Amino acid sequence: MVKSVLGVNHQGLTDWLIQRVSAVIMMLYSVGLFAYLIMHPGLDYAEWHALFSSKCMKLATLLFILSLLFHSWIGMWTVFTDYIKSFLLRLVLQVFLLLSLIVFFFAALWILWGV
Amino acid sequence: MRFSIYRYNPETDKKPYMQDYDLDSEANSCYMVLDALLAIKNTMDDTLTLRRSCREGVCGSDGMNINGKNGLACTTHLSSLKEPIIIRPLPGLPVIRDLVVDMTQFYQQYEKIKPYLQNSEPVPAKERLQSPAERAKLDGLYECILCACCTSSCPSFWWNPDKFVGPAGLLQAYRFIADSRDTEKSERLADLADPFSLFRCRGIMNCVDVCPKGLNPTKAINEIKELMLEEAV
Repeated sequence: MVKSVLGVNHQGLTDWLIQRVSAVIMMLYSVGLFAYLIMHPGLDYAEWHALFSSKCMKLATLLFILSLLFHSWIGMWTVFTDYIKSFLLRLVLQVFLLLSLIVFFFAALWILWGV
Repeated sequence: MRFSIYRYNPETDKKPYMQDYDLDSEANSCYMVLDALLAIKNTMDDTLTLRRSCREGVCGSDGMNINGKNGLACTTHLSSLKEPIIIRPLPGLPVIRDLVVDMTQFYQQYEKIKPYLQNSEPVPAKERLQSPAERAKLDGLYECILCACCTSSCPSFWWNPDKFVGPAGLLQAYRFIADSRDTEKSERLADLADPFSLFRCRGIMNCVDVCPKGLNPTKAINEIKELMLEEAV
């Protein structure tokens, strides 16, 4: 039987790939936003509002937030499994983190689509 | 020269302690750390326990932590070290006595990667040939002497010695993945695709820093990741 990388437990590969792709997305978004801030020195509320009113910006921000959430989940899961040896404590921390990330996601949605 | 050496005999000591020895290294013609340790053992304290065999960096028995850095006692020059020379056993492995550690977990991880050629094709009349280019791919991989200096300097191995294969094991995994005579490349890659075996490597390169043979496990680990990605997409 030929085993394929994707045929068995390949969570490590998937996590590793998500970590890299999400990092690139966050980098592009951050650099883009930073460039925008530099090009608009006297930024006022109206301009800032207009920026986030566009569908493109909303989608880009949503993509950034999703990347951030996945990135932090994988990163924190790694830290927990490295350093927290008690199963119960690790479980509590992971559930707490997961719930927080879900809340952050809906809060971000609410803020973005409230503009 | 002053040496401060980690001592622990589980049969008589409650906990480990450091013991100081002052050795005239010139009078004892000591050039390497191993010479000095053997001089201490032979002339000052025969209870000092350590492993050593070939005394020329080939067998990999005398891996230990010398002034905070893992290395082979037999290939580390005394003249390159600052005094007092602090000698400890390899970190992260259970101590059996003094500088002798229990390497079971290290060997179990090595065994996991199936460190032997696997070939499902019919056996040829003479031998499985390799082109010089194919053979060259194994340079920098086959030279590993399994001294455990790299693996025991790796925090990922300290935290998960039962799940993370470690730099030495992964270097050997790549040695067989890269071998043109091995037909089980896909299986070998699949066996490493979980979150721990390979991907616990965070690329801090302690392994490269300490390898007494000048090998580069981090590079091998990254090659495995790339091959795995190619296999998956």
